[in-house]
This record gives sequence, structure tokens and C-alpha cells, in this order.
Amino acid sequence: MTKSTLNVKNVAPAGSDELARTICAAHDNRPDALLEIFHDLQHDLGYVPEETLTVIADILNRSRAEIYGVLTFYHEFRRTPGGQHTIKICRAEACQAMHTQELCRHAQDKLRVKFGETTADGKFNLEAVYCLGNCALSPAMMIDGDLYGCVDKERFDDIIADIDRGATA
Amino acid sequence: MTKARTAIRVYVPRDAAALSMGADSVARAIAAEAKKRGDKVEIVRNGSRGMLWLEPLVEVETPEGRIAYGPVKTSDVEDLFGTGFLEGKAHRLCHGLTAEIPYFKNQERLTFARVGLIDPLSIEDYRKYDGYVGLTKAMAMEPIDIVDQVTKSGLRGRGGAAFPTGIKWKTVHDTHNAQKYICCNADEGDSGTFADRMLMEGDPFCLIEGMTIAGIAVGATKGYIYVRSEYPHAVDTLREAIRIANRANWLGRNIQGSPYHFDLEVRMGAGAYVCGEETSMLESIEGRRGLVRYKPPLPAIEGLFGKPTVINNVLSLGSVPIILDKGADYYRDFGMGRSRGTLAFQLAGNIKQGGLVEKAFGVTARELIEGYGAGTLSGRPIRAVQFGGPLGAYLPEHLLDTPMDYEEFTKVDALVGHGGIVVFDDTVDMAAMARFAMEFCTIESCGKCTPCRIGSTRGVETMDRIIGGIERERNIEILTDLCETMTDGSLCAMGGLTPMPVMSALRHFPEDFHRPVQAAAAE
Ligand SMILES: Cc1cc2nc3c(=O)[nH]c(=O)nc-3n(C[C@H](O)[C@H](O)[C@H](O)COP(=O)(O)O)c2cc1C
Ligand code: SF4
Ligand code: FES
Ligand code: FES
Repeated sequence: MTKSTLNVKNVAPAGSDELARTICAAHDNRPDALLEIFHDLQHDLGYVPEETLTVIADILNRSRAEIYGVLTFYHEFRRTPGGQHTIKICRAEACQAMHTQELCRHAQDKLRVKFGETTADGKFNLEAVYCLGNCALSPAMMIDGDLYGCVDKERFDDIIADIDRGATA
Repeated sequence: MTKARTAIRVYVPRDAAALSMGADSVARAIAAEAKKRGDKVEIVRNGSRGMLWLEPLVEVETPEGRIAYGPVKTSDVEDLFGTGFLEGKAHRLCHGLTAEIPYFKNQERLTFARVGLIDPLSIEDYRKYDGYVGLTKAMAMEPIDIVDQVTKSGLRGRGGAAFPTGIKWKTVHDTHNAQKYICCNADEGDSGTFADRMLMEGDPFCLIEGMTIAGIAVGATKGYIYVRSEYPHAVDTLREAIRIANRANWLGRNIQGSPYHFDLEVRMGAGAYVCGEETSMLESIEGRRGLVRYKPPLPAIEGLFGKPTVINNVLSLGSVPIILDKGADYYRDFGMGRSRGTLAFQLAGNIKQGGLVEKAFGVTARELIEGYGAGTLSGRPIRAVQFGGPLGAYLPEHLLDTPMDYEEFTKVDALVGHGGIVVFDDTVDMAAMARFAMEFCTIESCGKCTPCRIGSTRGVETMDRIIGGIERERNIEILTDLCETMTDGSLCAMGGLTPMPVMSALRHFPEDFHRPVQAAAAE
């Protein structure tokens, strides 16, 4: 896989329209459940393909432009396919007090990506986030919903190596 | 070796902070080691006691009480069994009785009374420790009397703005509408805060009970809890707790045979700080972009889906059950001045003993940071402390004797906010922190109004010039001016309070804005 930033034109996986329909139905086709629908799509596909927006707009009886506007407002949603795992490193104040800047630099060097990018082997997305609610054990990091505290460079390397080996974190 | 007939209870927290330090593998290791030795143990996954530097904090139940060991690594487990920790024997990781650890013992735990003590998803545990006493009393009262109790308790919003909760409830109570809502703000985006998370993960029924009481008080039958997506553990725990409460008829129709109905739903945010602003949150729950709404109309009159809505923080709602249980006076007797009751202070950043300390208002910042927190983790001197999240002020060391009280903090141009306390040592560069505050605003601004959207971008540029040594005096003047515009002209506190960290950094640490220019100043 290439860096996600290079994936300008993405072709949605086959069946994603059908998946979108199923997910909407699971939320009773409620227009207000849009964020939940996006979360579910992203959970299953790793991102929200733009091709599904027309289907969702139809079902929820809202304009495609509006649906698109919602998708782009929230930092959490991806519009392009990314890597297998998403690493979120906290760069908010409490983590800065424990020098998260160094961790951020180290992570970007080590994975040879910048924040917002995907590693060349397609394994990891690297993202900067602002507080993970683990501010007494800074710096904090989250990988696919698993939280880590007191992450220094060595611990970062160990955790990444574990995941690379396919071990459960 | 222990060969007890009945299983010995061992507590290993399931709180996300404990998990972040390996609590799950410690729990597995304890189960495996017990099996190997033929010891019978019952592992309970409790919330966190809040002494986060000791996580994973494992507790063993003994006839004398619960004995604490921490921080426990998987590699310590064999050794712990070997030295008889199942009988509460001494060990280098042993801290004695949990209840006697000064950090814990000297707190005033009202809202967090059960957190860490109980199995968060056991309604039996919950009821054993006074759970649902408040709601039971409330169901026998006139709704307006419930509102009255909350007003008399002196409870003010714990989300940051400190608005009296009872007055908000009264407004919604007085509206006439068949449909009203209770919305719990669990967006907790402030850096340095995690108390909402700890309550939701450690005692979810407390929040559910508080919201149900709010529903009965104002005549709302439906509630939403808006939780940020960075809190997957809290979301799971809440959803499970809601299922359990429904099954036990503590939610749903005719709660415990009463005429009251109340349904609850969890909604997940998607990584937008501004969605913690209450009207932005409403937009988000409605499935829209989180653009801040103009006020009026107040959400209490026209809120979620245009209906009268109570919006409260997790800790505001979580404090309601004990107020109804023990009475308004009991709660009001804690605190000082117009800051009544307790606040869950959160010690974070560069601090040796980080964690949650629930104390009555009036405790000084120094008692919290030096007394409880034991100073910086790095061992270097404290230089700056940010109070109340990313929109709060940085205070210098010499102002740490200020009592934690809403009005006393206003006097020093600072905010108590949600109780977050982030400590920095003397390696901090306050010009960089001021720049970061502006940068954060550019990232998180909802974009609705100009002073915030454009002002913050100009702010970053101006800070870059100051840091880069370009026309410093003139640019400091521009920065000051810009901050005034943002303060006066922003629609919400995102743009309106971003100047607070910036100007406090400039006021208290001017030398950092005049440092010799570094070779690689841009970052
Ligand atoms: C940018 C911004 C972010 C906010 N974030 C939160 C938050 O995460 N949690 C919260 O309870 N209140 C937050 N607030 C305050 C809410 O707007 C509101 O005052 C609060 O939820 C009301 O509940 P309370 O009266 O119980 O405090 C935020 C305000 C602003 C302007
Ligand atoms: S101050 Fe900022 S966040 Fe608030 S309404 Fe204006 S642009 Fe939106
Ligand atoms: S500031 Fe990094 S986890 Fe809260
Ligand atoms: S742009 Fe409106 S106040 Fe300056």
C-alpha cells in the first residue's frame, strides 16, 4: 500500500453501499444518528468512502452536501483508506509537560511518516490528538482503542514491535 | 501457601488509566498464578481509586480491609504470591490498607464515594453502597422540591462555567412541553482532566441515577450522554450499565413501579473539542456539524431538537444522587464562599503523584500539588501550572496559595473550570505554550465567527514573530490587541477564552517572550 496522501482517487470496496444501507437500518434510518453511522462504517472499512454518502443522504433524507459537511467537520473520520492500525499520540498540555514533543518527533522518525500519514508498509496511521484522558500518566498514546500511559521512546518502540509481530497489545 | 476454602477477592481496576499501564495482563497473570498454586481467587475489575501513579493498583480483601499493592507489573505477580499477598502480607509494593493511605484517606469523597470501591457493573454493589437511595427519595417528592434541593445544595456546573444547576433545572421545569431532554456533556476535552471518564468507568450507575433524577425533576423522559470518541472504555461501560439498568427497571417505563419513565442513549463524538460547548454538542447529537448556536434562545427553552433541554456535565449530574440522598444541607456544608460542595481535582502533567483528589472547595492549589501530588515528577522546581484546561490560565509558583474557589480564582484572572491542574517544571517555555494555545484554537475553532477563526491564525503568526525575535515590542502589542478582540468579539468561549492562557503566560512569564532567538526557533 502507498501513503494515504497519495491515494487521491479511492475506489470504495465492493458492497460498501450495501453495508451503508445495513448500518443505517441498524440505526432505524434516523437522520440524527449520522455520527454513529459514520463510526460504524469506519469501524468496518477503516474509513468512510465518499461513494457511500449519496446512499446515506437518500436514506436519511438529507442533502449529500450536508452529509459531506458533517463528515469533514470531525477530525476522527477518515475519507481515505489508511493503514491497519491507527496510532494516536497526545500532544496536549499535560503530555507536553512530560515532553510529548520528543515522543512525537521520535514516532515520526521511527515510522518515517508525518502526522496524518500512513506508513509505507500500510501498517500504521499516525495521528496527533489532543488529550486522551490519561493526563496523570503522560505522555499518552492510543492504538486502535487501546490506551497506553507513560510512553517514552523505548516503550513506544516496544509497543510498536509487539503489534508488528502480531501479538495482542 | 494459602488454601482458603472461599475464594479471596482480588481487585484489579478496569479503568482506562490502569489498563494503559497493563492492568489486563496483570489480571490474567494473577488468575494464572492462582490456578498454578491451587489458590482460589475471585478477580473483581473495579474502577480506579484515583492514585494513578500506583496503577495498576491491586487490592486484596482481608478481614482487616483491602490491602493495596502497586504499581504491579506482570513480572511482580509470582513474587507477590510467594510472599503471601493473598493474606495481605508485606511486600515492597505493599501500601497497607487502601483506606489508610493518606492521599486517599484525607479526601472528601462525595461524588466519587463508590469509584474504585465497587464493581462498576454490579447494581447489587451499587445499591449496597447507597446507590438509588437518592432516586427513591426523589420519586416520592414533588418535582419542584427536587429542583429546590439542588438549588439549595449550592451545586454549580462542573463543566467549566459554574452556573447554578438548580436555576437551570428550574427554567426547564417551568417550560410547558410534552417533550424535554436531559443531555449529559461527557465530551471532557480539557487537557489535564479525566474525572468524568473515571466516574463513567468506575460508577456508571451514579451518572444514570443523576440523570434520571434530573428527568423526573424537570419532566423529561429521554436523556442522551454525549461521550467523546477518545473514551471507548467509558462508552462500553455506559452502554452495558444502561442495559443492566433497563433490565432491572431502574430505567425504562414505570421505573420501580412509579409513574415515571426515563430512557437513555449514548452518543459518541468524533474528535472535535468544540463539541464540548453545549450548543455545538446539541448540533452534534442531532447529527450535524458542531457549529456553535447563537443564544438566545437558551437550550433550556429551545435545546435538543428544539425542545427544552437540561445540559449538564457528568460531575454535576453525578453529584445529584448524594444531594437527594443526604440532603441539600449536607452537600452545602462542604466548601467555601459561593463554591459549595466538593470538586474532583485532577493532578496531571509533570507531577509525582498524579491522580484524582476530591476535596471541598477552599483547599489551596499548593496543598493539592505539593501535599497530594508531592511536586514534580522530574524533581525540578515547579514553574507554571495551568488550571481549568486549555482555555485556562497559567499561574506562577507564587500564586499557588490561592484557594480553589471560583471567585478567588477570578480575582487572579484564572479559572477553576473542570478542576484540571497541569504542572510544568522549569524547563517549560511559556512563549511556546502561548503559541500552542493559539494553534489549538486554529485546529478546534468551529469557524462560525471571525475573531476566533481568523484571530487564532493571526495569533500563531504573531507568536512566531515574537519567538523569532522580529519586532518583539510591536508584536507583543499586536498580540495583546488581538487577544482583546478575541475576548470581546467571539461567539463562544473557545475564541473568547483562548486569550486567557496566552495573556497569563505573557503577564507572569514575560521573560520567555524575550529570550535570545534559538537557531531552530520554528516548531
Ligand atoms: C470550547 C468549549 C468546550 C467545552 N467543553 C466542555 C466539556 O468537555 N464538558 C463540559 O461539561 N462542558 C464543556 N464546556 C462547557 C459547556 O458549554 C457547558 O457550560 C456545560 O456543559 C454545562 O454543564 P454544567 O452547567 O453542568 O457545567 C465547554 C465550553 C466551551 C466553550
Ligand atoms: S468562538 Fe470559535 S468556536 Fe466559538 S463560535 Fe466562534 S468560531 Fe466557533
Ligand atoms: S493531555 Fe495528554 S492525555 Fe490528557
Ligand atoms: S472580525 Fe469581528 S470583531 Fe474583529
